[in-house]
Amino acid sequence: MVGNTIHWFRKGLRLHDNPSLKESIRGADTLRCVYILDPWFAGSSNVGISRWRFLLQCLEDLDASLRKLNSRLFVIRGQPTDVFPRLFQEWQTSQLSYEYDSEPFGKERDAAIQKLASEAGVEVTVKVSHTLYDLDKIIELNGGQSPLTYKRFQALISHMDAVESPAETITAEVMRKCATPISDDHDDMFAVPSLEELGFETEGLATAVWPGGETEALTRLERHLERKAWVANFERPRMNANSLLASPTGLSPYLRFGCLSCRLFYFKLTDLYRKVKKNSSPPLSLYGQLLWREFFYTTATNNPRFDKMEGNPVCVQIPWDRNPEALAKWAEGRTGFPWIDAIMTQLRQEGWIHHLARHAVACFLTRGDLWISWEEGMKVFEELLLDADWSVNAGSWMWLSCSSFFQQFFHCYCPVGFGRRTDPNGDYIRRYLPILKAFPAKYIFDPWNAPESVQKAAKCVIGMHYPKPMVHHTEASRLNIQRMTQIYQQLSCYRGLGEHRAQPAETTANSLKIRLESLEESKQTPITNLIGNNIMCFFYSGRGHAAVKRSSEDLTPGGSNKAQRQTSN
Amino acid sequence: MKKYEDACSSSSEGPTESCKKVRKLQPNLCEFGFDWALLPQEILLNIFQFLPLLDRAYASQVCRGWNQAFHMPELWRCFEFELNQPASSYLKATHPDLIKQIIKRHSNHLQYVSFKVDSSTESAEAACDILSQLVNCSLKTLGLISTARPSFMELPKSHFISALTVVFVNSKSLSSLKIDDTPVDDPSLKVLVANNSDTLRMLKMSSCPHVSPAGILCVADQCHGLRELALNYHLLSDELLLALSSEKHVHLEHLRIDVVSENPGQHFHTIRKSSWDAMLRHSPKFNLVMYFFLYEDEFGPFFREEVPITHLYFGRSVSKDVLGRVGLHCPRLVELVVCANGLRPLDEELIRIAKRCTQLSAIGLGECEVSCSAFVEFVKMCGRRLSQLSIMEEVLIPDHKYNLDEIHWEVSKHLGRVWFPDMMPTW
Repeated sequence: MVGNTIHWFRKGLRLHDNPSLKESIRGADTLRCVYILDPWFAGSSNVGISRWRFLLQCLEDLDASLRKLNSRLFVIRGQPTDVFPRLFQEWQTSQLSYEYDSEPFGKERDAAIQKLASEAGVEVTVKVSHTLYDLDKIIELNGGQSPLTYKRFQALISHMDAVESPAETITAEVMRKCATPISDDHDDMFAVPSLEELGFETEGLATAVWPGGETEALTRLERHLERKAWVANFERPRMNANSLLASPTGLSPYLRFGCLSCRLFYFKLTDLYRKVKKNSSPPLSLYGQLLWREFFYTTATNNPRFDKMEGNPVCVQIPWDRNPEALAKWAEGRTGFPWIDAIMTQLRQEGWIHHLARHAVACFLTRGDLWISWEEGMKVFEELLLDADWSVNAGSWMWLSCSSFFQQFFHCYCPVGFGRRTDPNGDYIRRYLPILKAFPAKYIFDPWNAPESVQKAAKCVIGMHYPKPMVHHTEASRLNIQRMTQIYQQLSCYRGLGEHRAQPAETTANSLKIRLESLEESKQTPITNLIGNNIMCFFYSGRGHAAVKRSSEDLTPGGSNKAQRQTSN
Repeated sequence: MKKYEDACSSSSEGPTESCKKVRKLQPNLCEFGFDWALLPQEILLNIFQFLPLLDRAYASQVCRGWNQAFHMPELWRCFEFELNQPASSYLKATHPDLIKQIIKRHSNHLQYVSFKVDSSTESAEAACDILSQLVNCSLKTLGLISTARPSFMELPKSHFISALTVVFVNSKSLSSLKIDDTPVDDPSLKVLVANNSDTLRMLKMSSCPHVSPAGILCVADQCHGLRELALNYHLLSDELLLALSSEKHVHLEHLRIDVVSENPGQHFHTIRKSSWDAMLRHSPKFNLVMYFFLYEDEFGPFFREEVPITHLYFGRSVSKDVLGRVGLHCPRLVELVVCANGLRPLDEELIRIAKRCTQLSAIGLGECEVSCSAFVEFVKMCGRRLSQLSIMEEVLIPDHKYNLDEIHWEVSKHLGRVWFPDMMPTW
């Protein structure tokens, strides 16, 4: 029996730490690595040119690496459910391997493929390697529920077994007798397409600031670790103007596409720490970036509605405004606030922005200024941001809009002040918004306040060459703080009085759940504290902030403090 | 019997289907021989109170008795009208037919009413429309809540006022009124006072630009039962505070003031210390909640003398100097929130606050800087009275004594519970 194996690349676009691929090769006579360009897959429906380019570069890199092993990458267009039965037939496949995808739609798609595989008598090999841990084990440890707060998650992690070591890199030695049948017309049939072939206009496209591929990823990893070793400091670096620019040691897009194994990164960080600090137990904070990613994957894996507000059990229902015009201004960097516009311009041009820049624009769109739904922001990021994948993107947007997990909404990033504090000279603004180049640092963050003479001298009149600010920030933030307060007061009503309220069960149960979890955490696990209740008390330090809440205190005959709030459906 | 149980429990069919099935079998008897139709109205009422409105509406279709129960006045005392347009909101609205029904059959039962409107003018119009029809109501509570942009402000003022005064005139027993971000004006406040001065206990009217200090003074003068008041700083005057402290007036419990800057460099008047003192003498336990949304250079008139603030919120960047003055002049401070300060450490200012604000039990800091040692010192001085400590991770600056990993143990020790700074995703 000839063992013909197919390895299906989705994420995990690498040859190092690829246990499913390695397993697949063992005992196989032929290997074909495929990538399926699925135009209908949930994630790819809203993908901009930068992300496509990154992906194509990853595929080219894979192809090049496979060539060195006398193999090739097979890029096939179509939907997996159509493609695989055909391939199984044509290639007489006996085995299919792929890296485990924890996202709900991934799981659904893979279940369908597994069914097809078993019908065709094809064995399926799946291994976890996109996350540090097997997420289901974390959930099991938490009593079958995904942890809702980061603190809880950290507590669970500290009780988990050690992270599995990265698998051996696929080399000629690993391949041994396994070969890839390559036809003469391979390039015509299975080559990695170009951007043009996919229908993109590439004229005037600048070179990629973040070149895709495993080779680039591993180089960056080395540089990243070198820099850490040199500084001998593993603390989170202080934010300065330079941090805003794309770094040659930045790793997030590579982690997202799987060009870099998170486990490799984890172990290399650990080794370096132990070497430099002569200390054998690194703190959890060392892996901050990786753990946040892991956290969002864990919370999302069993929740197909994780990227929506409605029907999402972990999302607070907030009465966001529907305003396509305002949304467009934000997305296209035309808000009139240079700090926000520069960030959105960098995002569109390069595909990456610093995490604090993300906080700034996310806050501006949602709870800070525009009061627009985080779902809209998430869609824009999905299109433009290289490292945004479904779980992490949705989770972060919910977090930043105070829709879940995180209730400290008192802190609102000022679209002028925050920028000014980060980059007092305004160089970042000048770089991405050249129209404002000639403004002095004093006015570059709020050019509408500059006297006419200054504007004329800068050859940029606000309202003509650059838009006026689209909102009055003070007024907007004042209003929005009120809104948030109202919402959270109503939520806590339910917990505080512990009564049944005439509300859609979901909202009550889930807001209750978040609060109860916070309470539970403080009782059970030793290293958590009560989140979510903190500044809340500030906002209802007076009674009767909500007129309707008051009503429940005025008793109805025969009932004591009975919930009488009725809502329509 | 089993078939009957199935019929009773099958919720997938509409209530009328189950009803028909029930009729086919023994009339209304369940396995215990109890007739559902004989369930007393009070018990039905109790049960109905727990049902969401839609389920209650279905239940009301089961039989005449249950339909009667559905319309009992007790179930219509509270209502929240949700007015949303699909173009401006993701949320559903109260069905127009339901609204008609309520106005027709239940308007005189309504006592606690609120309107939640989205950012469209139509929703605000709809709210006014309903308000104008509430002629038979004696409302105790009325809340006009804009859930997004303040759409009430976009209505023609007269239209809004005439709708609102319908309620003022007819209710005569308004106890709680929430009308923030509306175009309410002095004359309408006079109408409010003329009809409800004996009963008014709570008035929330932040950001009502058409009201003048004289207008609100009228309310304070006449409504001696006023316990809670929320308004903007421009309405606050020495006279108002004195009126609220007059002998005839009850103890004020809660005064909330929004200090909002329209344009940079705006000038704000001062309130005399003697006025605050009078307030404090008259209502020694009252909470003074102040929200500041000012530019850094507009704080001139504030915190120069002792002021009885209990809850203080700085929505924009506030200088070290001002925070220093807060420590000096706010002995009653219970909660402090600082959204942003800047890049110079607030060590001294925090320590002073710990020392002098002996009632402080909650603090929140964002976008500031505090050295770890000073922070530990601060927490040590406050001790266990700090029930809420919400510090963004980036605020704490490691120094020679503590780094970020060590600090949470130190702080936890002094707080008497496990504590961590607040984190934001780093991705």
